[in-house]
Amino acid sequence: MATISADNHGLRLATRYAVLVLIAIVFIFPLVFMLMSSLKPDQQLLQDTASLRAFLPVGDVSLRNYTAAFDRAPVALFIFNSVLVTGVTVVLSLLVCSMAAFAFVFIGWKGRDFLLTVILATLIVPFETIAIPLLLIASKLPWIGMDGLTWGWLNSYHVQIVPFIADGLTIFLFVQYFKDLPGELIEAARVEGATWPQIYRRIVMPLAGPVLATAAILKFLAMYNQYLWPLMVVQQEGYRPVMVGLQYFFQQNVAWGEVMAYLSMITVPVLAFYLYLQRAFIASIASTGVKG
Amino acid sequence: MKHSNWLAGAAVAAISLGGAAQAQTTLSMWYHGAGNEVEAKIVDQIIADFNASQTDWKVEMQSFPQAAYNDSVVAGALAGNLPDILDVDGPVMPNWAWSGYMQPLQIDETLIEGFLPGPKGYWDGKLYSIGLWDAAVALVTRQSYLDELGLRTPTLEQPWTGEEFMAALEAAKASGKFEYAFDPGMAWTGEWYPYAFSPFLQSFGGDIVDRSTYKTAEGALNGEAAIAFGEWWQGLFTNGYAQASQDPADRDSGFAAGKYAFSWNGNWAALGALSTFEDTVFLPAPDFGNGSKIGAASWQFGVSASSKHPEGASAFIQFALQDKYLAAFSNGIGLIPPTKTAAEMTDNYKDGGPMAVFYDLTKAQALVRPVTPGYVVQAKVFEKALADIANGANVADTLDAAVDEINADIEKNGGYGH
Amino acid sequence: MASKFQRSNRTGWLMAGPAGLLIAGFVILPFFFAFALSFTNQRLISPNPTEFTGLANYRQLLGMAVLTVDPVVDAAGAVVLKDGVPEYPAIRSFTRNNPDYPHLQGMREWTSFTWGDSRTYILARDVVFLTAIVNTFIFVIVVAPVQAGLALGLALLINQRLRGINLFRAIYFMPVVVSIVVVSLLWRFIYDGNSGLLNNLLGAISFGAIPQIDWLGNPSTALGAIIAMSIWQAVGFHMVIWLSGLQTISPTLYEAGAIEGASKWQTFRYITWPGLRNTAVLVLIVITMQAFALFAQIDVMTSGGPLDSTQTIVFQAIERGYGKQDISGGSAISVILFVIVLTISLIQRWLTRERT
Repeated sequence: MATISADNHGLRLATRYAVLVLIAIVFIFPLVFMLMSSLKPDQQLLQDTASLRAFLPVGDVSLRNYTAAFDRAPVALFIFNSVLVTGVTVVLSLLVCSMAAFAFVFIGWKGRDFLLTVILATLIVPFETIAIPLLLIASKLPWIGMDGLTWGWLNSYHVQIVPFIADGLTIFLFVQYFKDLPGELIEAARVEGATWPQIYRRIVMPLAGPVLATAAILKFLAMYNQYLWPLMVVQQEGYRPVMVGLQYFFQQNVAWGEVMAYLSMITVPVLAFYLYLQRAFIASIASTGVKG
Repeated sequence: MKHSNWLAGAAVAAISLGGAAQAQTTLSMWYHGAGNEVEAKIVDQIIADFNASQTDWKVEMQSFPQAAYNDSVVAGALAGNLPDILDVDGPVMPNWAWSGYMQPLQIDETLIEGFLPGPKGYWDGKLYSIGLWDAAVALVTRQSYLDELGLRTPTLEQPWTGEEFMAALEAAKASGKFEYAFDPGMAWTGEWYPYAFSPFLQSFGGDIVDRSTYKTAEGALNGEAAIAFGEWWQGLFTNGYAQASQDPADRDSGFAAGKYAFSWNGNWAALGALSTFEDTVFLPAPDFGNGSKIGAASWQFGVSASSKHPEGASAFIQFALQDKYLAAFSNGIGLIPPTKTAAEMTDNYKDGGPMAVFYDLTKAQALVRPVTPGYVVQAKVFEKALADIANGANVADTLDAAVDEINADIEKNGGYGH
Repeated sequence: MASKFQRSNRTGWLMAGPAGLLIAGFVILPFFFAFALSFTNQRLISPNPTEFTGLANYRQLLGMAVLTVDPVVDAAGAVVLKDGVPEYPAIRSFTRNNPDYPHLQGMREWTSFTWGDSRTYILARDVVFLTAIVNTFIFVIVVAPVQAGLALGLALLINQRLRGINLFRAIYFMPVVVSIVVVSLLWRFIYDGNSGLLNNLLGAISFGAIPQIDWLGNPSTALGAIIAMSIWQAVGFHMVIWLSGLQTISPTLYEAGAIEGASKWQTFRYITWPGLRNTAVLVLIVITMQAFALFAQIDVMTSGGPLDSTQTIVFQAIERGYGKQDISGGSAISVILFVIVLTISLIQRWLTRERT
């Protein structure tokens, strides 16, 4: 009896893992393809796409594509630029948007509903459709930096950061999450004389782990994959991010092996960031549901 | 003695360096070659030579990846941030010149008398841009294929007629040796379509736009000749001579892998083909009734309208026109040198060189794409029409729609200054 | 919210102000700019002055007309039959240079049907744009429910306590981590018509019974192929949103459910789903918005082809605004898209409103 149930348990566990693994294969195969291809010379890479060899490190395998990629483009510079711009934007965005969402959900104030509706409506506007007007605006704005007051934001880091700090989607994420937090907690704190910044810092944000993680990874992805905007506002190689850098590899005859090597390299920071978040937030929160 | 000489030399160097630092005015320059090491090296060399050759100007280059270059320039212009010197794709130049992004060059035009016509960028009667090379397209195949299929080798004087070309494709198809008889390069979407395929249309007697006025495409793009071209084009795909959708990898390596008997490809790919098959030959375009035609004009240099130092910018461009640089580009990336004298200095284009045929092709057959600011839009419309026809759309309707779109655009732009 | 402790105009504006200002300056202002442009003939590049043209851009995009034509008759008045069906005069004889039909000049056939003897044509001034609208709707209607459902399924699957579950979480999320441009490039190899992985896989499991299909080159499969890839790419992202929603549900509720002997379905129906309400609204709205903005996949994989089978609204907006330098026409498309999505999200909000 006992052995049967143990077998049963084992079987069920095995089935579960089998399902998980099958799904995992579906999701991971293009990335394995990318990684394996990055190790192969172009000719072999293209021939291998037709068979399972595409997923195996077979044939003439080497790191030549990686060294060639570094020769062709300042890969490290591009990654540094992207990580810097993305990192700063994510941090500022989490702060600004969570504060706004806090005000929208927990505080009553004149104009609140109107402003929230307008901000949510901006979700609908695809960036591409406002890029040109935004360029005209950004090229005339003043900035106070190390060189004192300057006009025009082109060729800088801040032109890639400031316009993206606040966005409707991030605010919406926070709003929907905050709505699920127990309102009595906040009311009680108010009654006891806590100030709004205290409530924000001490009560709400400590409970916001999952949404911070979600918003952070979403923002990270959106920023890291920026292409059109930096293309328009950055003419100096020194400020160029990774997705514009990708174009260095699309010459008349595409160097596919180097493309794959470059793609593999620029994927590393995103993956690292996600894994970090998963450890820091999602795993820790897994057992502590906050809903009453 | 020796010692004092050294000191004197150092003093002179210091003075000239210091003098240079003070007197040299910086000229900014944008170039589309980011990611292409060979090209970058040659351009860097020209800039270094120029900066060292005189004391007035100092050129500083920013390079952009080609795929992002035009958008960068347009954005730069909108934001009021163009460099002094920029490079421009030949057929796009009239658009930028008309829009007020560029100004005419101040160079001695006798210097370019011996140039092939393609690299000379004229708009409104003035020289706005000049290229250090040209590009050409040819029908790439192997002598052994021609021999096996029993085909006459066409020459510049006697190219294949349209019928001969189709018979050649039929022979290649019937041989069963190839996946497809013909590789027009469908994978290279974008400028390749008008550049490579509109000469076929012109050989049929049609055109993208009526070049006598540049005010309409009616008749040119949907007249009898154009419809005959369209039917022929569609037939390539419905009869199985070519594939309407091709993946880029096949385009890059299909000919080398023996998938295609004939590949319609540019001289930039010629070195690769020659190194794969020693018996690679480059044939002139077939003549569909109005002569063999191929496209002309590649990247060229010009001066931006906002440049405060057009004389310096022009001086740099003029400096770059020396035969040794023209030859260097040709040797480095396989491009066609624009002068005969430079061609003689190259490995591939000198008389008897393996690619000399391209120089002759360009000289004999090259036709620039319509010289109008509207070309940028017309190229897109043409590309879509050709893709649709290849995929089976009704020829007459598709060409009519293309004409309507082109004409509406010309009207919206007040005739584009013609 | 009625409590006086919870009202504060000053704090509210102070905390929401930075976000509000930034969005006003970098989204709303440019959008109004684009809105204004859509009523002009502004070009991206042009020395010509900008002119106010009213609704001309909108008329050009949305103009439609109906034309009913009788079949061709011969001299005796009998209907001419071609392959057994009546023959109709060519549409281009009406829409091109026909002084009797000036309002049809430049229009093309959008669709047509036969009613009795005569044939009715719906003509459109911009067939490509209408096709783009239809394709976008198909994309949204398929992607929104399928992606949301699959993502929820994955989130439930991954929200169990198993050794190594974090590894699977990371793997399922991987496609999201890679930029959509990159993913599209990779899938072009997979969908390849000759030697693509998908064809080889299908060939292998069917022992060659399934013929080779040029997934992206065939008008009947191209949009489907892009839909499948898009779902695959983004499902991990929505899985994470669902997961963060799942994790806000208190374990004590599940414990209570277990004590009462609730089945798996009952647990989901009465504990999990009600707890996911706000998350569901979020996921649905975000997917809808993202689906309407479909662009990068199209740009990399098909450029709208073959035969317009993958044209989309945003692709058209960009193709015109940037590619064809018609920034006013592109802006008009953006405004139309805005109106469409706004309408839909208002309906969505009304449908998912909290009933009291």
